[in-house]
Amino acid sequence: MSDYETFTHDVLVIGAGGAGLRAAIEASAAGVKVGMVCKSLLGKAHTVMAEGGIAAALANVDDRDNWQVHFADTMRGGQYVNNWRMAELHAREAPARVRELESWGAVFDRTKDGRILQRNFGGHKYPRLAHVGDRTGLEMIRTLQDHGIHEGIDVHMEHTILSLLKQGDRVVGAFGYDRERGRFKIFRAKAIVLATGGIGRAFKITSNSWEYTGDGHSLGYHAGAELIDMEFIQFHPTGMVWPPSVRGILVTEGVRGEGGILTNKEGSRFMFDDIPDNYRAQTAADPEEGWRYCQGDKNARRPPELLTRDHVARCIVREIKAGRGSPHGGVFLDIAWIKSKLSNGEEYIKRKLPSMYHQFKQLADIDITEEPMEVGPTTHYVMGGIRVDADTQMSRVPGLFAAGECAAGINGANRLGGNSLSDLLVFGKRAGEFAAKFSLQNSLGEVHPDRLDESARQALEPFARDTRAGEGPYQVQKDLQEMMQDKVGIVRREDEMRAAIEGLSELARRAGRVGLEGNREFNPGWHTALDLPNLLTVSEAVTRAALERQESRGAQFREDYPEKSAEFAKVNTVIWQGEDGRMQIRRDAIPEMRNDLKQVIEEMG
Amino acid sequence: MKTAVFKIWRGDASGGAFRDYTAEVSEGMVVLDAIHDIQAMQANDLACRWNCKAGKCGSCSAEVNGMPKLLCMTRLNDLPLDKPITIEPMKAFPRLKDLITDVSWNFAVKKRIKPFKPRPPDAPDGTWRMAQEDVDRVQEFRKCIECFLCQDVCHVLRDHHKHDQFIGPRFLVYAAALEMHPLDTEDRIAELREAQGIGFCNITKCCTKVCPENIEITDNAIIPLKERVVDEFYDPLGWLWKKVRRRQERPPAHIS
Repeated sequence: MSDYETFTHDVLVIGAGGAGLRAAIEASAAGVKVGMVCKSLLGKAHTVMAEGGIAAALANVDDRDNWQVHFADTMRGGQYVNNWRMAELHAREAPARVRELESWGAVFDRTKDGRILQRNFGGHKYPRLAHVGDRTGLEMIRTLQDHGIHEGIDVHMEHTILSLLKQGDRVVGAFGYDRERGRFKIFRAKAIVLATGGIGRAFKITSNSWEYTGDGHSLGYHAGAELIDMEFIQFHPTGMVWPPSVRGILVTEGVRGEGGILTNKEGSRFMFDDIPDNYRAQTAADPEEGWRYCQGDKNARRPPELLTRDHVARCIVREIKAGRGSPHGGVFLDIAWIKSKLSNGEEYIKRKLPSMYHQFKQLADIDITEEPMEVGPTTHYVMGGIRVDADTQMSRVPGLFAAGECAAGINGANRLGGNSLSDLLVFGKRAGEFAAKFSLQNSLGEVHPDRLDESARQALEPFARDTRAGEGPYQVQKDLQEMMQDKVGIVRREDEMRAAIEGLSELARRAGRVGLEGNREFNPGWHTALDLPNLLTVSEAVTRAALERQESRGAQFREDYPEKSAEFAKVNTVIWQGEDGRMQIRRDAIPEMRNDLKQVIEEMG
Repeated sequence: MKTAVFKIWRGDASGGAFRDYTAEVSEGMVVLDAIHDIQAMQANDLACRWNCKAGKCGSCSAEVNGMPKLLCMTRLNDLPLDKPITIEPMKAFPRLKDLITDVSWNFAVKKRIKPFKPRPPDAPDGTWRMAQEDVDRVQEFRKCIECFLCQDVCHVLRDHHKHDQFIGPRFLVYAAALEMHPLDTEDRIAELREAQGIGFCNITKCCTKVCPENIEITDNAIIPLKERVVDEFYDPLGWLWKKVRRRQERPPAHIS
């Protein structure tokens, strides 16, 4: 072997969703040579699925909004274990990033005076989400894509990276393969930006696509970066539950932002039954006030359906467990009821939530303007990820940057809806900027193709195994997803998670026995087999971090530790690979917040 | 449990054949579910693109019983299950493997279309003002998920293979979204007429019929573009008037 096609870039961006594209555009604008690797075709990354909007304190709809309120909302939503510097940069810079999209051709919905319209969303004090109906992610990725293709970026579509290459401490390249022919390739680079998204495929019920196998988390971890906050997995409260084939597909929070209500089978609006103390002052006293809020009444407070996602998901689980759920094991989400309030209700629903209307009509035979949807929690997002410097997005590995969902810090224990798209833009830009800077200050490292033969051999091993005697890659993946859903899901317990750790070692053994049919050309069985080690790594990280945090906070709910603890309020969990190759974990104290930011939080109540 | 037979094209650029697979059918299933079941149980290496499984990414385009469709949005209970269901790759693009085609031509075409060029900002803070009714049409075009089913069904590409002379309905919609963008100042009409071959379209509306996003491709995008081409090239007075008018700043309409 050793004869690998080699590409050389100054900056290599791995991942082509919102963060990857924004990073590539920024690095390219700095005048360096940029390569971008995407697992799928360009423009198909998971950003395209984002529905509700981009959170940015533009103050177009409510002029009381500003970056300080957005910052305080983000910290409150994250239960104060966020990286406060990232939360600050995010809140300050998001408006400029959204306006920039408009200057690149994005067409957001408009206010009456012709500015970018903003909508209500969970945990945001004021209407803050710039949006295009319920297809905001499509608008964002297409805008970045259509702008980016004229910026001289080399795009490697349908390629997957298997490992990062290092010289001493720093990264100098990546090793991967193309899906079409299954050929191995070397990408040399002075700096690398990981922007690979999340880990949703580690769970059975998920809104995430096949790509979301924790590649960046795992690549970074194996290259020496630290992972933080991995216990915090966001279960979005509203995924479809019926029919079985669509279970987990996202139902945007925008439904609730436009006035949708959650009810149980008794017709009770159960979200009014449990309002957390720290949100009580901001929450409507009754349904009437909640509706006024959704209609833009500045004196009204938001309905409890717009509490943070972690809380809404747990309330839904409580209703289902108590036997008050819907026929197919969810609860009801009703937007049709607004027709009793709005004369043009049906048209309004179709205009503001067109893809939801379409999705339910086509996949579930339900007309959401006539009847309620059935919804239940679905694995949606990982708050945890690669630990990065807040300003530069560089990990502790020189030359290795991360942005977007595969990086961590901004969201703490729970992400607010809408903060993801803005995170991608703000920190994608920063990662691109500082990766370009790093590449200008450093020369290309050495890459030794002969040392990659072992990786290539390992990757091809499954073809040599007998498919009849061995394991199939899909079965191992499915068993992993079921176990993680069952044992490390929304409600967690020490004994179950210990069993999950055992289960993961057994699954790792099985993954090592996987055999394949066919050849290397566009073989999804092979791709699934190669994704398994990443899923195993991130599943172990999630489980160990969840065990370590002996409290319930944000997205982590421990049945055996149902309360928040003062001790854990001050720490992040940190995971890294020890010298012996085993996963290590410790708790790091959260740095003291700057006084001016403390003051902002106090003033916002 | 009920079963159905799926006749799936297996092969690569050099050739291939339909192969029959029997799979179980359950309530609410879509064709992509059947493909996944077959992948998991019977043919690990069956190649098929997909991502979102909710009609939002436009990856799983193929032909089901001869009709260009998204596999993830095609319900089995809408198909006659007493006969085998044929699933084959799109015909307008070169075959790569099983249901996967080489769609790279589309990405190359898009790059040739002049990018968005906005007028100077309307407000001192660098922002613009646009009325909702002025962006409704462009938003319709921007719903496009780039599944390329319209390209697949277009006879100019599918049957006559004019890929080097005609950009296809997808990119006429793309050009229309740029041309009708209230902020855009670029002029793409000459290219549309010449290198991009808008004249090849004889408005049979096949593209509109297969669009999973229900974009009125022919009526709302292609015909107005054709009219602009006619205005620009075959109406000298109109042409002169437009040149003069284009220099003046177009006022943003209908803002209250």
